[in-house]
Amino acid sequence: MNNLWSWEFTWQVLPTLVPALGVTIYVTLASFAIALVLGLLFAIMRRSESRWLSMPTAGFVEAVRSTPELIQIYFLYFALPQYGILMSALMTGILGLGVHYACYCSEVYRAGLDGVPQGQLEAAASLNLSTFRTYKDVIIPQAIPPMVPALGNYLIVMFKITPILAAIAVVEVMRQALNIGSHNFRYIEPITIVGIFFLVLSLISAAGIRYIERWLHYKILE
Amino acid sequence: MEQILTQYMPALLAGAWITVQLTVVSIPLALVIGFGSALLRQSDWWIVRAVSATYVEFFRGTSELVQLFWLFYVLPYFGIRLEPFTVGVLTLGLNLGAYGSEVVRGAILAVPRGQYEACTAINMSKWRAMRRVILPQAIPLSIPPWGNLLIQLLKSTALLSLITIHELTFQADQLNNDTFETTTIFSLALLLYLIMALILTFCVRLVERRFGGYVIEGDV
Repeated sequence: MNNLWSWEFTWQVLPTLVPALGVTIYVTLASFAIALVLGLLFAIMRRSESRWLSMPTAGFVEAVRSTPELIQIYFLYFALPQYGILMSALMTGILGLGVHYACYCSEVYRAGLDGVPQGQLEAAASLNLSTFRTYKDVIIPQAIPPMVPALGNYLIVMFKITPILAAIAVVEVMRQALNIGSHNFRYIEPITIVGIFFLVLSLISAAGIRYIERWLHYKILE
Repeated sequence: MEQILTQYMPALLAGAWITVQLTVVSIPLALVIGFGSALLRQSDWWIVRAVSATYVEFFRGTSELVQLFWLFYVLPYFGIRLEPFTVGVLTLGLNLGAYGSEVVRGAILAVPRGQYEACTAINMSKWRAMRRVILPQAIPLSIPPWGNLLIQLLKSTALLSLITIHELTFQADQLNNDTFETTTIFSLALLLYLIMALILTFCVRLVERRFGGYVIEGDV
């Protein structure tokens, strides 16, 4: 096993790496779901008429956006149990990533919501729609299509940042590769394979997002 | 309170100082790589364009952390032994350089076509047109997105705690292991990151105000 790249070792480690890739994808999708829902909530709270709601939300979003994900996740991982909230490392990681990217998504939502013409809001007000119905039936359906590409990009960004959960001992694909490396004293194959996984999956998802973008573009033109 | 001043703050500030060093050294590297590869992307030779495009797609497509671990664990197999600090700066520079390259490329493409045609009309060489006409208009356009990337770079320095660089996140983690004063320590560390981010944003604003005035609106 002294040569630079051993195919034998590659085939040996692949079966243990692929299931860990499943964990990575699960973490990505679960935290993206949190980011989408929470992000919308933040965006609406930030648009609120009440300054007591909009200003703290704006402050929170800006603070979370300008500090590193890793330290926020450490914070949740170590601090939550001290307040009696017990969660698995996996759940803490999903929550941490979800909240962090919710703040990014809220900016996308905000731009999308601001893009809906003012007249639509006035029309909804003149029909005496409640705030909830105005958002649900008037604003959000018009705001969503232009936001899809930006939100899709964040999905890819989140996918690529999931390896930081290795730091709180979530056995996703990067942690698994490092574990294999430290057991066998060979890092080159597992880490390179993980790199290829990421490259291939992000290229595929980028192509997918471009496809959806084009499809939506036609939809709007119709 | 006394403990905060005598025990936590000195350790955290020492970490923050390393974070500042990492950021300050990586920024020029990312800028040079970003501008360099964006210019190579405009080359007349397809092979140069292909190399630049491959670099950009490769570093944008793989996770930053995978790149970090690859450089950290795999380079020694090729007989290249680097200090963790060097590995960290190299990863940040190469990764953010790839994102920056797309920013610069977008800005170059955003310069109105008429400007290129005007350069051709007065028989400017391609390189000269780039230097005298295109870049002076593209650079101001690229400053705000570069600002976002530099904040991202500052945030990415936290990842380097995983390759045993004693920067702010590493110090906070260590202090937490020693004292279990989790909320205090991590709040202080987050506050320090926030201050650094605000300073960086302020610097970008200054640069923007100084050089952002040359943007030509609309199609000239």
